[in-house]
Amino acid sequence: MATATRYIGKPMKRKEDPRLIQGLGHYVDDFQLAGMHYVGIVRSPHAHARIRSVDTSKARTAPGVATVLSGEDLRGAIGPIPCAAQLPDMKMALRPVLALDKVRFVGEPVAVVVAADRYAARDAVDLVEVDYEPLTPVVNPEKALAKGAALLYEQFKDNVAYRWELEGGDLKKAFKQADKVIRQRMLNQRLIPMAMEPRGVVADYKPGEKQLTVWSSTQIPHLLRTQLAAMLGVPEHSVRVITPEVGGGFGSKLNVYAEEALVGYLAMKLGKPIKWIESRRENFLATIHGRDQIDDVEVAVKRDGTLLGLRCKVIADLGAYYQLLTPLIPTLTALMISGCYKIPAVRVEITGVFTNKMATDAYRGAGRPEATYIIERVMDLVAAELKKDPAGVRRKNFPQAKEFPFTTPTGLAYDSGGYDKCLDLVLKKANYKKLRQEQAKLRKQGRYLGIGLSTYVEICGMGPSSAMPAGGWESATVRVEPTGKVNILTGSSPHGQGQETSFAQVGAEVLGLDPDDVQVTHGDTAIVPYGIGTFGSRATAVGGTAVYKSLLKLRDKLALIAGHILGEDPQKLLFGEHKIFSKSAAKKSVSFAEAVGAAYVAKTLPPGMEPGLEATTFFEPSNFTYPFGAHVCVVQVDAETGDVKLQKYVAVDDCGNVLNPLLVDGQIHGGIVQAAGQALLEEAVYDEQGQLITGELMDYAIPRAADIPWIETHRTVTPSPVNPLGVKGVGEAGTIGATPALINAVVDALAPFGVRHVDLPVKRERVWQLMRKPRRAK
Amino acid sequence: MIPTPFEYHAPRTLEEALRLVERHGDEAKLLAGGHSLLPLMKLRLAAPRFVIDLGRLRGMSYIREEGGRIVIGALTTHAEVEASALLRSKCPLLPETAAEIGDIQVRNRGTLGGSLAHADPAADYPAAILALEAEMVAASTSGTRTIAARDFFVDMLTTQLRPGEILTQVRIPPLALRTGTAYCKLHQPASGFAIVGVAAHVTADRSGKIEAVAVGVTGVGPKAYRAEAVEKALHGKKATPKLLADAARQAAQGVDPLSDLHASAEYRREMAAVFTRRALERALAWAQGKKA
Repeated sequence: MATATRYIGKPMKRKEDPRLIQGLGHYVDDFQLAGMHYVGIVRSPHAHARIRSVDTSKARTAPGVATVLSGEDLRGAIGPIPCAAQLPDMKMALRPVLALDKVRFVGEPVAVVVAADRYAARDAVDLVEVDYEPLTPVVNPEKALAKGAALLYEQFKDNVAYRWELEGGDLKKAFKQADKVIRQRMLNQRLIPMAMEPRGVVADYKPGEKQLTVWSSTQIPHLLRTQLAAMLGVPEHSVRVITPEVGGGFGSKLNVYAEEALVGYLAMKLGKPIKWIESRRENFLATIHGRDQIDDVEVAVKRDGTLLGLRCKVIADLGAYYQLLTPLIPTLTALMISGCYKIPAVRVEITGVFTNKMATDAYRGAGRPEATYIIERVMDLVAAELKKDPAGVRRKNFPQAKEFPFTTPTGLAYDSGGYDKCLDLVLKKANYKKLRQEQAKLRKQGRYLGIGLSTYVEICGMGPSSAMPAGGWESATVRVEPTGKVNILTGSSPHGQGQETSFAQVGAEVLGLDPDDVQVTHGDTAIVPYGIGTFGSRATAVGGTAVYKSLLKLRDKLALIAGHILGEDPQKLLFGEHKIFSKSAAKKSVSFAEAVGAAYVAKTLPPGMEPGLEATTFFEPSNFTYPFGAHVCVVQVDAETGDVKLQKYVAVDDCGNVLNPLLVDGQIHGGIVQAAGQALLEEAVYDEQGQLITGELMDYAIPRAADIPWIETHRTVTPSPVNPLGVKGVGEAGTIGATPALINAVVDALAPFGVRHVDLPVKRERVWQLMRKPRRAK
Repeated sequence: MIPTPFEYHAPRTLEEALRLVERHGDEAKLLAGGHSLLPLMKLRLAAPRFVIDLGRLRGMSYIREEGGRIVIGALTTHAEVEASALLRSKCPLLPETAAEIGDIQVRNRGTLGGSLAHADPAADYPAAILALEAEMVAASTSGTRTIAARDFFVDMLTTQLRPGEILTQVRIPPLALRTGTAYCKLHQPASGFAIVGVAAHVTADRSGKIEAVAVGVTGVGPKAYRAEAVEKALHGKKATPKLLADAARQAAQGVDPLSDLHASAEYRREMAAVFTRRALERALAWAQGKKA
């Protein structure tokens, strides 16, 4: 990469925003086709029940109803919902798109209604009569493991989905040498991803051409196409998936859902365009949930704060069935458990448990926020136990910059890092020493300030393929059109990340054009070469690199053409201001348009050169990337009410090289806000009957603008060696780094009350209870 | 939103609306701002056969002075209450309370009359209406009657309004000299409704003796209520921080507090005391001409 850049690294405003702000974007629900019919889904009101019968007769005869189908009607017609994860001894809990015999969570689809309008469809849903025999719901994952618990799957004999262990180093020795062993149980609550746009699917089938087109709000158009073809039993080239604007995913649309296959099937069966738009209530119940772990951790430390070993038992509540990656998510917790520290020995034991709830799966961070939460709480517990400053304890255990690539006991190789520098910067920017003085002063007045710190590392840039369930690469085709305008086709279909802007910046930089000359096209499997998708903070590191490599191929070809026209050595040519010019004599130049024209008119090409200007790259990185950072936040706790106010937030993040600092700040801000949701507000609560009692936004609290102070962001830049752009990824960093910082701050505020741990989310009544225990503030 | 089918009526006059209400009885629901009714219809928890939309009634949205009182039309929105210069100068408790309701979108649609007639136990206005000793005017085909705020709230989602009656107006008596008011609220983090909302209305003489006091509490019990034990403990006494704190401790006396996902009964009881004290302190400071 060039050191002096014109566009890369510049804070360009998003090209996407004008259309989105003006309401000119097109989401799935904006697509209206002639003769369109609408789907209503009958969902189970029971968490666990046997289906005795489904009577669709009344619904069938209701006005406007085209068809009503039950699970029995579809038996064998559509393949099960796919799960890409494979773990040894994992029990396969395959879920049909409509329940057969049994329902296992509230909201599970039981029957489907198709009608001429949305109202008729919704009314007919109420006319389907399902006879259920309620069974004992299995809600609490620990009780699910107890002997005699009701079984979700009689054939499996227990509710264990899988057990999986990861161990590295000599743990016995570590605990034997320890001066202290600290233990803590931590809960990582179940969350609702809550994309602003719920899911939605439109499908249209052309029987003559045998072409099924599916519009879906998804993060993975190509993987969806492959899976749909398999589920529907049609050739993959007969299916086209189009992903228009996607109003947020956060992992919840990194999946293949029952409704996607159902809507595709119905379009083929009825020969009519079919639409299904998820209601918010359905989104709560039947779009994947995130997190949900019980973590019992033990850590062996020396008196000076050196970590020797860590053991963690994870109970992962997987819900009733697997979605695409459900069983894999907790394994990421295990891989990242040692965080950004040198811990000689670790052992993580995971028990995945079936319960009568919606499946958990990837939610912003996907297993890594859980790991970071565990290790960052551990660091504060160690500091508190040894009466040391939490910053010092962290620093003591950091690997040094010269130790990279740094191998962890879990077998990962962190690509590059400079953890000390990052911590130094955040402490300086947050004025950490002064904050501590202020805290001491306020405590004397009965006011409780809490200062929270977290230093994190995460695993990003999902690839290489050997470590991924379905390919760890990404594709990009770059085409320079005859008029000199550039089209970048990327398999990393963005849904809010801003790649239409950042990839255009890369295109403009490499070819010496303006970003407006570069269009980024994505999310249509008929147009874009096969790609893996946007998740795991991979779009820039993997997809961006594929774009960059394709651009370089075109630049090389254009240099050959220009060199031929100018009679100049192609190696000595530069690109800029819509020109290709000689390094030594700038006047010796050819316009970009002329060189492009030559490629298409094909009369003045160098001998033997193919006409046209198009290049495709399938890029697979050799390793993951490992962004890191250090966050400091300040909370104030109202001793009378337990209310926690977030007062100050300073984030230093290192995501390697930065293509667009505005986009990076936006990701960090959004991630921190989402983390504040987990830390302070959000919790998906199922009652003992397995009913989701936080099933509306009236009861499920998400953070709002007024809850969040100004977020101060800074960066250190440690380029990644695993891709030529030196980028690492930043989509999940904020969420990963901030949750523990916030909880550490709350625990710090409550330290005078003898509090050493508070579970997520910190609700004010809980804080109030902790503060009014008879124990007086010190 | 896809509710169950219903028949929609949009009367132009109050008389027409009253006739419809009389005719359809409890099969009908009145629609004002829609912020309570529509969410229930969306979930099909409410499925009225007839919806009578009051939105087109003329002359039911106003705030004006009449004979020393302030009268407010039942269809006045929260946003209009919040922005009213008249209320801000003569009855600031209402704009202060309105500003705490929901968000801007809710305040632009929701109405004073709709909120009071719905009588959600966690709604904000009831606390202020009680503390202001307002009167509700109810109309029916047989005429109008007034109901004192104290008598208006009967139980959860239940008021003194009879079948066939429509709440048309709220009347606020003038505030005495040396009077201060305040509304202090603990928000439910998801909905923004009151876990506890306390409106205090205090008149004190120059020496700090409390001559009159009214405290309305919402969110705590199944209906909004006057905290009579608090009022009694303060009446005629010289205000001191200790007196206010001690009196506030009785804010939930005789009340069986609600308990839900967001706050236990015990917490609600304790917060009633905290927010009553805070409201009293602010109201009193203002009555005495000090900055709150």
